[in-house]
Amino acid sequence: MIETFFNIGILAQAWPIILAGLGNTLLLSLLVVPLGLGGGMLLALLSTLRNPWIRWPLIAWVDFFRAFPPLVLLIFLYAGLPFAGLELGGFTCVGIAFFLNTGAYYGEVLRAGIESVAQGQVEAARSTGLSRGQALVWVVLPQAVRAVMPDLLSNTLEVVKLTSLASVVALPELLFQARQAQSLTYNPTPIVAAAVVYFLLLWPVVRLLSRLENRAIAGRG
Amino acid sequence: MAEPIVRATALHKHFGALHVLKGVDLQVAERELVFIIGPSGSGKSTLLRCLNRLETPESGSVVVDGIDLLDRRTDLNHARQRIGMVFQSFNLYPHMTALGNVTLALRKMAGKSRAAADAAGMAALERVGLADRAGHRPGQLSGGQQQRVAIARAIALEPRVMLFDEPTSALDPELVGSVLAVMRALRESGMTMVVVSHEMGFARAAADRVVFMDDGMIVEQGRPAEIFETPSQARTQAFISQIQRH
Ligand SMILES: Nc1ncnc2c1ncn2[C@@H]1O[C@H](COP(=O)(O)OP(=O)(O)OP(=O)(O)O)[C@@H](O)[C@H]1O
Ligand SMILES: [Mg+2]
Repeated sequence: MIETFFNIGILAQAWPIILAGLGNTLLLSLLVVPLGLGGGMLLALLSTLRNPWIRWPLIAWVDFFRAFPPLVLLIFLYAGLPFAGLELGGFTCVGIAFFLNTGAYYGEVLRAGIESVAQGQVEAARSTGLSRGQALVWVVLPQAVRAVMPDLLSNTLEVVKLTSLASVVALPELLFQARQAQSLTYNPTPIVAAAVVYFLLLWPVVRLLSRLENRAIAGRG
Repeated sequence: MAEPIVRATALHKHFGALHVLKGVDLQVAERELVFIIGPSGSGKSTLLRCLNRLETPESGSVVVDGIDLLDRRTDLNHARQRIGMVFQSFNLYPHMTALGNVTLALRKMAGKSRAAADAAGMAALERVGLADRAGHRPGQLSGGQQQRVAIARAIALEPRVMLFDEPTSALDPELVGSVLAVMRALRESGMTMVVVSHEMGFARAAADRVVFMDDGMIVEQGRPAEIFETPSQARTQAFISQIQRH
């Protein structure tokens, strides 16, 4: 068993490959988290406009991309669009897919945050002469983000895990590299190593999250 | 007579089918303290909120310090700096310190540098007796202190008029006095004030005029003693005797 799943020799051999994968996973996360957050912020801000011509398309958009499995979306962009003469490349496809999918999720979280801020806050800000935009930036958003920080973090956790989807379009992130190493060494140890690396990467975030959630519960009580 | 600093004329306001202001006229002279009383739902808050255009009346006109607030060309954000407002629920920004609350509009809107804004903010906190609490968050302050910070936030912009919407009704009774004392001092400094409140003692001591509203209309107005002791309208009489029983 240990020879099969925890083979030190194989690990040593596969380690540089896995490390490169980890690097790419981190880079990918640094790309897709801000992209998703940016997309989500855009959606959340648009949803504060009461205009029905914006409102209904927005709801349809968010519903659609929350219901659409991100793996299917990614494969469609990568393998489907070329039939329409559009070859985007793996990296671009991942960027677009995450912008659409995780943007919709972040958007819902941020919208809930904005809606949780009391109307009186905006009125107070406007009564001192701040514009709508200034009130949003200086008064509403800081409170909104704080209110949904646990949800933002937990969404981010999901997004980092989802970066493993990029392996299906051959981006050399952690999972992809581990599978490469596995097929080179004919041994599952690299996959186990990747799992451990994922765990070590995300566990601190999970801890932080439960601390925040506990504090939220304590604050409510 | 000098041009009144607030001149609201023939205001009508609906919320859906509900007719909340039914042709209200209100003028406030410079340095005057006008007190507005009336039953719940009579439109007091709505009237006050029309005076800085947090609400927009459907018809009528609102001119404050010579600025027509209903004119589409009016720069409302600029106009609102001359009209301070204090809310029943304080509405302090909970993520900022007391000084941060007071200086936000000074820095972002009045375009003051941080140092200039801080100096003006500290002066305003001084006026409400809370300079020593400048670094506290609203959550670390009592209700009375929070409301005084809210007053400081408004007066730091050096408004021409201050609007108060039930500034003491969310406070524990023992904290009301400190807020009224600040309002009293503000009045003595010559500030023009419009106050919606049921603090009759304060009205008697400080108000120049008491306005009684009912059902979206001004029923009668006069000096505090007249309104409280010898009101001419039955509705005013009923309201006064009802609140004096409490
Ligand atoms: N934003 C709003 N939407 C719908 N109805 C409103 C709104 N604001 C006020 N109203 C209604 O308008 C009427 C007048 O409200 P307003 O707040 O002006 O009364 P008020 O005299 O200040 O009462 P109170 O003493 O309870 O504060 C009430 O019936 C109220 O329910
Ligand atoms: Mg009211």
